[in-house]
Amino acid sequence: MCLAIPMKIIAIAEDGQTGTVDLDGVRYAVGLMLLDKPAVGDYVIVHAGYAIEKLDTAEADARLALFVSLAEVYERELGQEVVWVAPSPPRGHGA
Amino acid sequence: MNYMDGFRRLEAAVHFRARLAGHGRALAGQGRKVHLMEVCGSHTMAIARYGIRGFLPEQVALVSGPGCPVCVTDPGLIDVAITLAGQGVIVATFGDMVRVPGSHATLAKARAAGGRIEICYSPLQALQLAIHHPESEVVFLAVGFETTIAPIVAMLDTAMRQGVANLSLLTAFKLVPPALDALLADPDIRIDGLLCPAHVSAIIGADAYRPYAERHGVACVVAGFEPLDILYGLDGLVEQLVTNKPCVDNQYSRVVKAEGNRQAQRLMAHYLEPAAAAWRGLGSIPESALVLRRQFARYDALQRHGLTLQPGRHNPRCLCGEVLKGKIRPRECSLFGVACLPEQPLGPCMVSSEGSCAAEYKYEEC
Repeated sequence: MCLAIPMKIIAIAEDGQTGTVDLDGVRYAVGLMLLDKPAVGDYVIVHAGYAIEKLDTAEADARLALFVSLAEVYERELGQEVVWVAPSPPRGHGA
Repeated sequence: MNYMDGFRRLEAAVHFRARLAGHGRALAGQGRKVHLMEVCGSHTMAIARYGIRGFLPEQVALVSGPGCPVCVTDPGLIDVAITLAGQGVIVATFGDMVRVPGSHATLAKARAAGGRIEICYSPLQALQLAIHHPESEVVFLAVGFETTIAPIVAMLDTAMRQGVANLSLLTAFKLVPPALDALLADPDIRIDGLLCPAHVSAIIGADAYRPYAERHGVACVVAGFEPLDILYGLDGLVEQLVTNKPCVDNQYSRVVKAEGNRQAQRLMAHYLEPAAAAWRGLGSIPESALVLRRQFARYDALQRHGLTLQPGRHNPRCLCGEVLKGKIRPRECSLFGVACLPEQPLGPCMVSSEGSCAAEYKYEEC
């Protein structure tokens, strides 16, 4: 039920209650009434068809930069390619 | 800009494995083993999917708590929904609910018997159903934690403004903090740290966990759902425990504010009030539910259709209740992977796309 992926608001209806969000060209209609002053261009987190919070892009960029620098430092220290252990493929008989 | 891929960098994940191994050595030196609990179904699925357990030293045990609203719902709710469907009401609900066993049957069975059961991805679809079928009564089986309660209440607000009169809610709204209180009060359950749910926290705020750190000495980290978010969160939790400085660390501040989403909180408080609720596995917990306030009784499906909620009957061999408390791993249930499979689940933890049993069956070697 939880779409954790940030999506961008590209249009807001006249009454401000609903809008359209975009993720890599895929568009969804979502409720916006749980947000304080939503604006076109905001990134939002969507749950059950409603935007439940805005993404603070400055915070997101800061965290991304941290992970990028950790990755660079570790790769340099290790001096070799790193192999990811996951995600493991779902078992054939699973849902 | 894509805010997803960057949180899945392999090399950074390996960095966290090295850090966690260091914490593991420190814990071993202190002669300790710590138990961390994740209480969010989306965390449960991500942990299984990305093989996060393989990153943890043996001094750190990670157990799943009651993180899925479908899983903790009492079978009595399904019984009432089936009764309503038998009376010609259109029952709208989220997909997972259709296969959750009630006392005697599932909603899928009720649909096969001619009941009108509609699956919705958003509560707005239930509102559309009511608008397009003015001749019918529509009941939305409204199951969820704080994250889902807010959208459902927003939908109700829209329905009232638009004068939609044939829609009501069969509510099973549950709150995460009272469940954490119940878990921490159980002497048989040991929790040293909480990986706090990402999007429940977006609604209630990171400050909601302060009592657990300050009163119970439990380490708390609010973490997002991406694999690096989870590894960073687990690293933060174990570091708090190694240094014996429990606190609330909001590592998902790109979405979660200390005070949460005030607008959502106001809307919920306007329509809903606290009540006791029965939780699968945890029993009755006071003030752990939200129900419609008296002045909105006409939108309460139980009152509108003259029904009462009775505790349902559980399959006595199903150990979902023990799984939900983190007392056993799914594979310790005798039904797991034998009689209880994703295609024919006997308990809700195998039904739900966020359930511990489904996660373990789908992604982890047994």
